[in-house]
Amino acid sequence: MTPLVHGAVWGVVIATVLVTVAVFSIWFERKFAARMQTRYGPTLVGPAGLLQIVADALKMMQKEDILPQKADPMLFRLAPPCAVIFTLAAAAVIPFDEDVLAADLDIGVLFLLAVGGLVVFPVWVAGWASNNKYALLGAMRAVAQGIAYEIPLVLSAMVPVVLAQSMRLSDIISVQAETHWFVFWPLGPGLIAFVIFFICSLAEANRIPFDIPEAESELVAGVTTEYAGMRFGLLQMAEYLHTLIASAVAAAIFFGGWDGPFASGLHWMVLKTLVLFFMIFWIRWSLVRFRSDQLMALCWKYLLPLSLVLVMLSALFVYVRAMDA
Amino acid sequence: MPRRVTEVDPHLDIETYDPSADLMVLNLGPQHPSTHGVFRVKLYLDGEIIVKAVPYAGYLHRGVEKLCEELTFVQIIPVVDKNDYVSPMMNEQAIVMACEAMLEIEVPRRALYLRTIFAELQRVASHLLWLGTFGMDLGGALGGGASLFMYCFRERETILGLFEEVTGCRFHYNTHAVGGNRHDITPKFCRDTKTTIEVIAKRIEEYIQIFSSNRIYRDRTQGVGVLDGDLAVSLGITGPLARASGVDHDLRRDAPYHIYGELDVNVFTESAGDCLARTLVRLQEMCESIRIVREIIDSVPEGPILGIKPGKSPTHIKIESSQRYTCIESPRGELGTYLIGGGSNRGASAYRLKIRSPSLHAVSCIPYVFPGHTVSDAIAILGTLDPIMGEVDR
Repeated sequence: MTPLVHGAVWGVVIATVLVTVAVFSIWFERKFAARMQTRYGPTLVGPAGLLQIVADALKMMQKEDILPQKADPMLFRLAPPCAVIFTLAAAAVIPFDEDVLAADLDIGVLFLLAVGGLVVFPVWVAGWASNNKYALLGAMRAVAQGIAYEIPLVLSAMVPVVLAQSMRLSDIISVQAETHWFVFWPLGPGLIAFVIFFICSLAEANRIPFDIPEAESELVAGVTTEYAGMRFGLLQMAEYLHTLIASAVAAAIFFGGWDGPFASGLHWMVLKTLVLFFMIFWIRWSLVRFRSDQLMALCWKYLLPLSLVLVMLSALFVYVRAMDA
Repeated sequence: MPRRVTEVDPHLDIETYDPSADLMVLNLGPQHPSTHGVFRVKLYLDGEIIVKAVPYAGYLHRGVEKLCEELTFVQIIPVVDKNDYVSPMMNEQAIVMACEAMLEIEVPRRALYLRTIFAELQRVASHLLWLGTFGMDLGGALGGGASLFMYCFRERETILGLFEEVTGCRFHYNTHAVGGNRHDITPKFCRDTKTTIEVIAKRIEEYIQIFSSNRIYRDRTQGVGVLDGDLAVSLGITGPLARASGVDHDLRRDAPYHIYGELDVNVFTESAGDCLARTLVRLQEMCESIRIVREIIDSVPEGPILGIKPGKSPTHIKIESSQRYTCIESPRGELGTYLIGGGSNRGASAYRLKIRSPSLHAVSCIPYVFPGHTVSDAIAILGTLDPIMGEVDR
């Protein structure tokens, strides 16, 4: 099998599985949130309400496709699919097992961060094209937040890159399999970098406590105010996909990816991804949101300097180790 | 480009301030998730900073005061229930107390105890609902705020269950009558109340913990929306809002009614006047209300609950053409009733009935407090003002 065919086949499989997991994670999240809040969650459609999400998707598809009169029609229609495509593209380089991946790029991490950073654009475009004040305010916040958090995100992802001395994701995982997972790296640069990475991923994906662009109590629904039906559904799905992929990336570069005893690599990778994904839900249903200026202060005053120091420390560590050897 | 807001001028002339119309005008409401009903605030935004805020009330006006001139005193009690629809019993008490004061009816002591217990339970229920919706304002309907909301509603449900046991209604009770109460409490109610308030007391401790230990809650409320004590007094703001700004005033202590004169009501004040202070004052008030209920629930005297001969006709209560102002401490502040008797139905209706609602005064501070804050803060401030639109517009 040529690499191209191999990549194409796995790409389709991974994308399909990710979308399915993202969709059904909504069911899981609703159940989980309901248990936290002494409720039951969906119970009526299908066993334990499992088909609720199918019913919701069908409902969304049947909804009238509303295009606001003063909206920019092309941009308005372009934004939701772009959001999903850009998000999903990042999944291409994530290795779920030694050969379960679409493309093993030698600049994997760079590709991941570059494509992931593109997601700010559809959100901004959605807010701008809606021609709605709430959507515009939401988009404004989304851009400020997306750009600010991109920097510590990239820097914290650099820590595993520096420690593994490779940008190829499979190399990063192999190094972890041979030594420690980066999150357990001695003296804790990996752990702190993981925490920063995780916080920034939440901010990038607009999840609570950083869901400021959406902020339904302030901005009605933020950038998605004017969207209805499946376009709204796509924007929502992009958010869930983003969170899921961020969890997968964190599992790969900090938690040793497919490395683990007893079970095969794929099981471990899926397990780690889902645990991190679950953590995001947990955080979401426990905290309230920041204000946008507090969010910026957190980024520029704490996360950015800290991540810079971490990158330098890990570089120093690698340098000293090279000197010793 | 307009300059930054440095000092708050509620009557800022936008046309001279911003001649080139660079400011964004945002109509917050009347249909908006966080305006607690139908309320509109016109915001002039510089980026996200509010330069000027103009509140518009009246979207929920139902002509209750006019209705009270047509219906008799017996008939208006279920109508005024719907004014402050978060603490309906307070409205009833305000009206029946006004009538009793004018007719100089002596209310039996058992009824007074009942009214005190109901009022304090209602205060806890009302503050719980406020806390839940405030969580939603801070954290949104799809997140931790919703969790707080659900927890508060869990507790509030138990209180509504207690009321249901007595009156048959979970809300809009129509349980107070001129001269006393319609429904009597049972020993089972006393037992249930005692267990319920113990559970709630424990949970309130947890909520106090949230606001004292959770960084995000603190950051979102501390120093936000500072309301000056003098301003609060000059705007007629009362209740927890004024107490959070250092105004030591509580009608339960300062002008006692029911049996509050025999009780030791502790009044909590904070000096900061910000959202956090308002939150803490309300949380402490809940603890105090629970303490009061705990103190008197076992000592309710036996006896009748209605001080007058019950009448069959809705016109059996007639008031001469005199006037009187009475007021009680509702969960939102001074709920006053200015009543002029001798109206239609041969004196069985009011000539004029003016309800002084604390929420109307609370929202009047918006032009003073909003400017200089972001939209996010505005929502948090509006949340802590705890306006009930039914009461603002009547």
